[in-house]
Amino acid sequence: MTDAPADLANANAIGRSLRRIEDRPLLTGQAAFAADLRVEGQVHMRVVRSPVAFGRITEIDVDEALELPGVIAVWTHADVAALPQIDFRMTRIEGLGPYRQWVLARDFVRYVGEPMAVVFAETGFAAEDAADLIFAEIDELDAHLSATADPVEVYPGVETGLLSEPAVIRKGAGDVDAAFAAADRVVELEVAVGRHTGVPLETRGALAQHDPDSDVVTMMGAAKVPHYNRGAIATMLGLPTDKVQLSEQHVGGGFGIRGELYPEDVLVCHAARVLGRPIRWIEDRKEHLLAANHSRDQAYRLRAAVDPEGVILGLDAAFYTDQGAYVRTHGGTVTDLAAAMLPGPYRIPAYRVAGHIRLTNKTPAGTYRAPGRFESTFARERLMDEIADQCGLSRSEVRRRNLIPEAAMPFDRQIDTLGTHLVYDSGKYADLLERFRTMLDLDRTEDALAERRDAGEMAGCGLGFFVEKSGLGPDDLVRLHLSGDGTIRIVTGVASVGQGVETTLAQVCAGTLGIGIDGIEVIHGQTSLIEKGMGAFATRVTVMAGSAVKIAAEALIAKATEAAAKALGADPADLTFDAGRVSGPSGALTLAEAAQAAGGEIVAEGLFETTHMTYPYGIHFAQVSVDPETCGVTIERYAVAYDIGRMVNPMLVEGQLVGAVAQGVGGALLEEFVYDEAGQPLATSLADYLMPTAMEMPEVELLIREDAPSPINPLGVKGAGEGGINGAGAALAGAVSQALGRRVDRLPMTPERIYRWIRG
Amino acid sequence: MKPAAFSYHRPETISDALALLAEHGDVGKIIAGGQSLVPSMNFRLARPETLIDMNAIAEIAGIEDRGDTLVIGAMTRHAAFHTPVCDGPTGAMLTRVVGNIAHYPIRQRGTFGGSLCHADPASEWCLVAATFDAAMEIHGQDGMREVGAADFFKGTFTTAVGGDELLARIHLPKLPEGWGTGFYEFSRRRGDFALAMAVAALKVEGGKIADARLGVGAVAAHGLRLETLEQALTGQPATEETIAEVAAQVPGLVKPSGDIHGSAEYRRDLAQAVVRRALNAALADCAVPA
Repeated sequence: MTDAPADLANANAIGRSLRRIEDRPLLTGQAAFAADLRVEGQVHMRVVRSPVAFGRITEIDVDEALELPGVIAVWTHADVAALPQIDFRMTRIEGLGPYRQWVLARDFVRYVGEPMAVVFAETGFAAEDAADLIFAEIDELDAHLSATADPVEVYPGVETGLLSEPAVIRKGAGDVDAAFAAADRVVELEVAVGRHTGVPLETRGALAQHDPDSDVVTMMGAAKVPHYNRGAIATMLGLPTDKVQLSEQHVGGGFGIRGELYPEDVLVCHAARVLGRPIRWIEDRKEHLLAANHSRDQAYRLRAAVDPEGVILGLDAAFYTDQGAYVRTHGGTVTDLAAAMLPGPYRIPAYRVAGHIRLTNKTPAGTYRAPGRFESTFARERLMDEIADQCGLSRSEVRRRNLIPEAAMPFDRQIDTLGTHLVYDSGKYADLLERFRTMLDLDRTEDALAERRDAGEMAGCGLGFFVEKSGLGPDDLVRLHLSGDGTIRIVTGVASVGQGVETTLAQVCAGTLGIGIDGIEVIHGQTSLIEKGMGAFATRVTVMAGSAVKIAAEALIAKATEAAAKALGADPADLTFDAGRVSGPSGALTLAEAAQAAGGEIVAEGLFETTHMTYPYGIHFAQVSVDPETCGVTIERYAVAYDIGRMVNPMLVEGQLVGAVAQGVGGALLEEFVYDEAGQPLATSLADYLMPTAMEMPEVELLIREDAPSPINPLGVKGAGEGGINGAGAALAGAVSQALGRRVDRLPMTPERIYRWIRG
Repeated sequence: MKPAAFSYHRPETISDALALLAEHGDVGKIIAGGQSLVPSMNFRLARPETLIDMNAIAEIAGIEDRGDTLVIGAMTRHAAFHTPVCDGPTGAMLTRVVGNIAHYPIRQRGTFGGSLCHADPASEWCLVAATFDAAMEIHGQDGMREVGAADFFKGTFTTAVGGDELLARIHLPKLPEGWGTGFYEFSRRRGDFALAMAVAALKVEGGKIADARLGVGAVAAHGLRLETLEQALTGQPATEETIAEVAAQVPGLVKPSGDIHGSAEYRRDLAQAVVRRALNAALADCAVPA
């Protein structure tokens, strides 16, 4: 077989499983992560964390630590009293302000792991030795550990009346009371999702350096949202924005939790300025599990008004988010998204929800891959199963009857989320369900499982139908630099947390220009190289930066055509652009030649702006068997159907979906932050916080469709980041529930919980 | 995640090691494979001032087959058992067990003797030693003594090895030809600490169980040999029904403690299941023609 002509191969760079650009440095060991950074004269920072869940600090004795050889400084709150609390990046809701976290605890500690003091020393060993010598006198208070119990005072005796319910997010549409009045039956359900989070295998880390000449402090080790964090750090330190620069290296996983602004980021930057030395901080795994954002941990109470056909007329919902000790950078994001997306793919003409944000004395919580959707999909899909059982319908039939029809697209839910109006832009829900049923041979599969149950086995299957969201605006900027040698540099303010940003953006650029990706370089996450960038979250990079690259590449074509017209003495209207060449009656120029003709470089910009998100959707299917004696769950089959609108790189989409399924399996069966009655965390190492390994992962079958491209961006794309986890808890719970023949209302489904369920 | 300061010694003979132990007394700690000790030092849960490394002592590594007994040097790595170390049921049994010990890289470094001295309640080798009545060869300033498994395991993380002594070898009696063996373990994930596990060996003659060995682990302070159940099995028909009846007595014989991975109540019932499954596996193994 001969290679296809270069032009033909290049013309369709979009939609092909090209190998990742970013893998060469990773595979050859050249890539630097935060912990690989070392500079002359660096100082090691060690955070001293609260050993108790709740208490009032009376004294922190640092004298002994200061005397230890190699110790440079020890700070407590008094030393950083000028630094304000860490503010909200997203979903700022009235009244949340007093619940923000200080960089170092002031007066109170509110969770085990809260930074109380910080040590700076010449070596990491000296820093840890000194941290061991710091003793805090704390008057312990009773830890408040239930988000569903009545709210209590957050700072008792100091801020009277400041209760542990910072906000209630209410949304709704339609006449819920009328729906219940008209209902044939009311189906009620209480369910809860345990506390777990994304655990990147690279822990957090940073290296901050201050240049006295320029007075610029540069922090390497940034991730996710470098531009926002740069502004926030500058504000906290009282500096102009351009005196802080953030730089991203290779990042070993983000999942929503990595890269948010944490106390440690502010401390390294502040210390680099105050101490005049580079400051290095690398989090250890125990710290990570105590200090980085937790997530999930929501309890739902659902009531559905249902007609005789199993169609939901109205949904009345309340839920409680265990926010932990403080409200961090995400503000009300998780609760807001859960409230907005609880109805999922179903019509549900009348809807009312109250999402309670509740503080407890646990590690603060934030977003984790599919925030508010893993939880709300679990709750909603459990409800659908319950309706199916009560109405005598199959699980797929009850869903089919409630799905939003294609004709109703775009579908306006008449509620807002994340400052955008929630409008599902496109979708063929029933069509995807039918295709998935065919692929799974669902009817026969269910019959076979029923036979196994009749024979005494515990086996079952479950479905989790979900709608995702993707491509949060408001904008992203991309700048393309075409050099005289034909190479292209894409500079973007989005970030790479390992998801394949470089490859994806290069493919969009190459596809638009009809060239190969080999000469394309992608620069991301560097605040010094581009003035704005929203970052990598909310499954937004391909939609936002990808669209901006397309716009920039089209602008580049226009500029190259203009330059070629001059060089060829032709009218631009007579020139055509195809496969990286500008051609006309009197000759043709390659992109490289066009750049040379333009003086050696052509720079083009693309800004993509949007006020709406795009909404991919899909279905998870799980088939399990439960060992009635060990109470272990075996996943016999797992499949995901997902309509992504349009794929840039199918291999990356598959990788995103399968990787996310692994995390979904973790949240459904294994991972849980357990606390004792005093608020002591009991899962503080990877021996107790159980993430799935290859041994626990099933083969994942994928049905990826491009039947409903997005009409609201120039590529038609929707994101791939979160669909692989969204429906996992729902599908696995449905399967375990069917296997056990009883209601399953709680994740994770540990052997202990299954033991209790089996024994009633 | 960095250990507190310690000094380090690497003796090459048992006698040098004993001299160092005598010199450093209570603050000295033996390190073998380090797969449990090093993490606990990094968490600063263990803070030995002196580490005495056994890795250079050639005389306590390796396995010697003495016909009726397998002599296992304390420094023998778990991975040595990935293939049978001797012919017959004991070699096969050890290979069956070893795959359940943590993960492949850990098995390259962790040692048989280190596991016994650490005495984790969920240690597979401790269960094997208890069930098959291994004798532990302990060396001290006053010479060598042998301690049977029944007296060796004192409780969770506690053994008969004194602070100035070291475990040199494990003398494991071999099962004669004709025995079948079985092992069953349940853990949250592959390679995690067992929530319950059992090892069994059966000898079947004329359709009846002629002799039995049975132990259960991770459901008491240390691995338990269940001699009363061995006796209950002996003389009974070699059937799954017999096994189920005998296994039903297990919950009354174990004392699991609850933790975040499972309550005591669950683990009592789980112990019954793993015992039955290990016995059934041993029974099936008996039926396999040699």
